[in-house]
Amino acid sequence: MTTSARVGEQRIEAAVHAPAHGHHPPFLRRYIFSTDHKIIGIQFLVMSLFFLLVGGTLAMVMRWQLGFPGQAMPGGGVLPETMAPGGVVLPEFYNSLVTMHGTFMVFFAIMPLLVGVFGNFLIPLKIGAPDMAFPRINMASFWIAVPAGLIMVAGFFVEGGAAAAGWTSYAPLSASPEHSGVSLGQVFWCVSLIVLGLSSILGSFNYITTVINMRAPGMTWGRLPLTVWSLFITAILVLLAIPILSGAVIMLLFDQTLGTHFFLPGEGGQPLLWQHLFWFFGHPEVYILILPAMGIVSDILANGARKPIFGYKMMVASIIAIAFLGWIVWGHHMFQSGMNPTLGNSFMISTMLIAVPSAIKVFNWLGTLWQGNIRFTVPMLHAIAFVSMFVIGGLSGVFMASTPVDIYIHDTYFIVAHLHYVLFGGSLFAIFAGISYWYPKMFGRLMSHRWGVAHFWLTFVTYNLVFFPMHALGVGGHMRRIYDPTQYEFLQPLQPINEVISIAAFALFTSQLIFAVNFIGSWFRGERAGDNPWEDNSLEWTVSSPAPHGNFATTPVVYRGPYEYSSPLVEQDFLPQTVKLSTDTPPAASPAGD
Amino acid sequence: MGWILPAGASSYAGEIDWLYYLILVITGIAFVVVEAALLWFLFRYRARPGRKARYIHGSMKAEVIWTAVPAIVVVVIGILSSGVWNDIRGRDSVPPDALPIRVVAKQFEWNATYAGPDGQLGTGDDFTTRNQLHVPAGRPVVVMLEAEEVIHSFFIPAFRVKQDAVPGMTTPVWFEATTPGQYELACAELCGLGHYRMRGGVTVHAAPDYERWQTDRGSPTVASTP
Repeated sequence: MTTSARVGEQRIEAAVHAPAHGHHPPFLRRYIFSTDHKIIGIQFLVMSLFFLLVGGTLAMVMRWQLGFPGQAMPGGGVLPETMAPGGVVLPEFYNSLVTMHGTFMVFFAIMPLLVGVFGNFLIPLKIGAPDMAFPRINMASFWIAVPAGLIMVAGFFVEGGAAAAGWTSYAPLSASPEHSGVSLGQVFWCVSLIVLGLSSILGSFNYITTVINMRAPGMTWGRLPLTVWSLFITAILVLLAIPILSGAVIMLLFDQTLGTHFFLPGEGGQPLLWQHLFWFFGHPEVYILILPAMGIVSDILANGARKPIFGYKMMVASIIAIAFLGWIVWGHHMFQSGMNPTLGNSFMISTMLIAVPSAIKVFNWLGTLWQGNIRFTVPMLHAIAFVSMFVIGGLSGVFMASTPVDIYIHDTYFIVAHLHYVLFGGSLFAIFAGISYWYPKMFGRLMSHRWGVAHFWLTFVTYNLVFFPMHALGVGGHMRRIYDPTQYEFLQPLQPINEVISIAAFALFTSQLIFAVNFIGSWFRGERAGDNPWEDNSLEWTVSSPAPHGNFATTPVVYRGPYEYSSPLVEQDFLPQTVKLSTDTPPAASPAGD
Repeated sequence: MGWILPAGASSYAGEIDWLYYLILVITGIAFVVVEAALLWFLFRYRARPGRKARYIHGSMKAEVIWTAVPAIVVVVIGILSSGVWNDIRGRDSVPPDALPIRVVAKQFEWNATYAGPDGQLGTGDDFTTRNQLHVPAGRPVVVMLEAEEVIHSFFIPAFRVKQDAVPGMTTPVWFEATTPGQYELACAELCGLGHYRMRGGVTVHAAPDYERWQTDRGSPTVASTP
């Protein structure tokens, strides 16, 4: 069987599941139990924005307690006695807030926003495929993620409250209810993550298969948009890393419920085993949470600068290098854990090295802007913010990579500042960029530019007011995850900083209302978008907005890479991948399967 | 406030602080250069009608430079760091004459057991204090760190000491206090409900005072109190 025939077969199979043009399946199959990758992407979007709101709300309660310890929270009276009697947050509830904020943000907001939303919506459209390789498995992936989220939320409503051992769930605290005071909540946490892991695995091998097998004729690896490259590499990380988490969490669940002692030292278990397993998953996870953001930002920066991405090959190589090095740095989370100190040196060197591909990416983004013709659209503003904030998050990482400095700043607010500069300043700004950029292709309308700009500036300023001073708290020795910092004399002088951070956090949270109104309002009233509102070269902009069921009326043929902006060959400053110039010859065969 | 570390009070605080400030300067320079270039490009190359961006796909020379420079810088930081790390935490870093103190962390208190006048742990003249750690100035101390039920972390900010206490393990961590006075001991690892108030005091005595304190404290009448 020839390569193209094999590909053809898969295309037909996919097309059978993806409804054809003009054909309207019943409402339930079209919008709820849909196999259309675009609808699934939008479903993930709605779900993860909801969990972003949940995670943000939990953070506000934490910030109230940290800024104004022991005072009754305005509106806190609605919370039950077990959480905040009289509106005053209890320490046990605070530990649940810390835990669930991290858990929701990492697993149910940032990860599905990047992988679930953009992976689903963009991969088939950008490679010229009618749908995913396995549309029904794709649907299952979403409908497995939903109960996982519900189980996690349910933890708040069981006796003993939600999990309270941190999102990292260090054993033995997480494994022994008699010491954490939480039994069912911790079990719910485990079950939820096991279920979610199944969803992630189903999604990831679908992405991998789709990218390898279903690229349109002419879409060689060297012409793949960086968004697709980053999602492809991320999917490989997900496929390899999530089973490790699932395995570890199953062992933890057994310790909690069946009386095993994998992580309990009394009967020969080893607490550090949990940390090794968790971070062996956890550090690749960090890159799962940033690589797709880097891809999205690369595409938006090139488009906004009207210039080819600077150093395409190095950009791809650095994604691969980060993904590889990401597997051998997990020990840097454990420098102070009691792990053999000699290992600290090896993990320090691998950690230092991972700064190199990250630096290459930053410089290449600068190179992309250099001598460009920069348009300040809302997605572009967020993409630029990503670059400048990622620089801070990357540089602050050097401090904790240095083992001796880490002795002091480990488990302090310096780490909290660092991780939020990467996950909020990095990932979330890229998510805002991506949502506003592809919104027209999702809903057929543009989000409001004016409200988008207002949201951007308010977010950018208040975000920095929240997280930049956290470096100062960390330098002052302020520990993470403490309910009441005023208990310590050496932290009392830092309390005014905590107050400023809390007030800025409330402003940051409130600013997101603008985004919510813009997002929902534009769905119904936004300006109608043309097929290609950003004058982009990639394949998704050749179809109508919103993208129709089945995507492409005829299989597109690709003649060049996606970054041919300001090419001297044409008058206009962009040259779509599908435009056939007189000098172009059609590709000999489909690149898929090569 | 800001980027200045609080005063250090141990023999190796200076080494750690020096590395911290070195990294602060290097990353500070990188930060200013990159952000300034970014802002300049945004201003200089803002869209203007009738203008086209420069059609260029990259520059091998530039990319080699900005791969090599960060690589060299981080490797140098790594080498300097590993030297300090080996001094503080290396296999043979604990000074042989260090005074042993056994510290057991449990929810939510620190129990320190001292060797007493004979200088040996596990003998009859040992005595224990709760939430109060007493150490001499100018003499290395090695804390044999244990935890009873969950992980805690032994953190004395002024000494630049932090070491997790893991149940089932005994982890040695040493330091040499330099300045007599009162300091705070904090738990830095989430350990449950009372984590935020797992606070202890550290008293650094001048060497002769420490001997006197130990003799008083170690007398049988006092040792019998918990």
